[in-house]
Amino acid sequence: MEIEEFIEAIENEFEEVQNGSLTPDFSIRDMEGWSSMHALLIIALVDNHFEILLNGEDLRSVQTIQELYDLIQTKLKVG
Amino acid sequence: MAKFQTDGYKISAIYTCVPKNKLRTEDYEWISVEERKMFAKTTGIIERRVATEGVTCSDLCYKAADELLNEFDIRDKIDLVLFVSQSPDYFLPATSIVLQNRLGITKSAMAFDVNLGCSGYVYGLSIAANFLKNEGIRNVLLLAGDKSTISTSYKDKSTYPLFGDAGTATLIQKFDDVENNGNWYFNMYSDGSGADAIRIEEGHSRYPYKPEKKEVYELIDKGIERTKMHLALDGMKVFNFALKEVTPSIRELLDFSRKEVSDVDCFLLHQANLLINESIRKKLKLEASKFPISIDEFGNTSSASIPLTICSRMSEIDWSKPKTILMSGFGVGLSWANLLLKMTRPALKLLEHD
Repeated sequence: MEIEEFIEAIENEFEEVQNGSLTPDFSIRDMEGWSSMHALLIIALVDNHFEILLNGEDLRSVQTIQELYDLIQTKLKVG
Repeated sequence: MAKFQTDGYKISAIYTCVPKNKLRTEDYEWISVEERKMFAKTTGIIERRVATEGVTCSDLCYKAADELLNEFDIRDKIDLVLFVSQSPDYFLPATSIVLQNRLGITKSAMAFDVNLGCSGYVYGLSIAANFLKNEGIRNVLLLAGDKSTISTSYKDKSTYPLFGDAGTATLIQKFDDVENNGNWYFNMYSDGSGADAIRIEEGHSRYPYKPEKKEVYELIDKGIERTKMHLALDGMKVFNFALKEVTPSIRELLDFSRKEVSDVDCFLLHQANLLINESIRKKLKLEASKFPISIDEFGNTSSASIPLTICSRMSEIDWSKPKTILMSGFGVGLSWANLLLKMTRPALKLLEHD
């Protein structure tokens, strides 16, 4: 999955986020009303699309969608 | 390895009792309206049933069991009373023994409690099955449930709106018709390294109850304030655990029983939160119709969630053929357990308590 598709999946996951409004350098915690529930939804989304299970620490270690995407790619390579 | 196959029993009846009192997620004023909406979307919980002061889990189980025993007329033939709960009436004696007397069950029945939560119903059935192997044991009454709401802090958004109360009674009997019931396959796991993921830390013997500590609230995070005698839940840890362990354990049990996912008519999962259950469903590539959900109406009801789902969602469906059912309980401990069995329609009833 390319980062464009990943961004689209995130936009589809959150009703309050407009399609086409997110960019790779968007900081995920700047999402409107960000809470631990958002974190769980992102972890579920990543697990569903990449079969990679992130923990809380993984998520805290990244800021932007690009960093999150890169982390997933690194984990996919490690297998 | 706790993986085994056994046969010769049936589940004859499942009765569930929930409190009449309803609380709705949209009315939880501790958090903002947006947060309430997000909570309802993620957990799936629209409303839940909460027992009023003075009503315990054993009262709910009593009502379910009393109706069941009236129907089946076997108070003098119950051989084992099992109470699976983490909200007993007393530190001691065991609530199962209190209920044996209150229900008018014969003194010749054995009775004991099992301290398990979300995995407890499957564990209870495994204990029932193993006792029923013995010649003298023919009828087991499994009582499972919790009044989780007694230990949650109103100021804790991670627990207070999540839990509902319920009590259940299940009658398991010796039954030799293998054609219609077949084998029961179990696999069960424990991982105490996650003991702090869901815990009430103080008030028992490790850190005994001290009245002054009841007032000491700690700010854990935004919207999360509780004492050490409240139920603490690390949502992220529990979520990671469920996503990591449950699906592989279900696949393992399917392999063990030489079944495919498509052979199973119905997956009855503990109702932990909708996001967890939906993630597991997608991993198993299952259609939603095989995955009944009751958390929307009742919240997370701990060991009562599986029997509550059967009583509230499966009493009207077509049972003309026996169903292959896979039950999966997972949570506090950490502890998880699955059971695959063939089931003919048991007597089902959903009751309410004032």
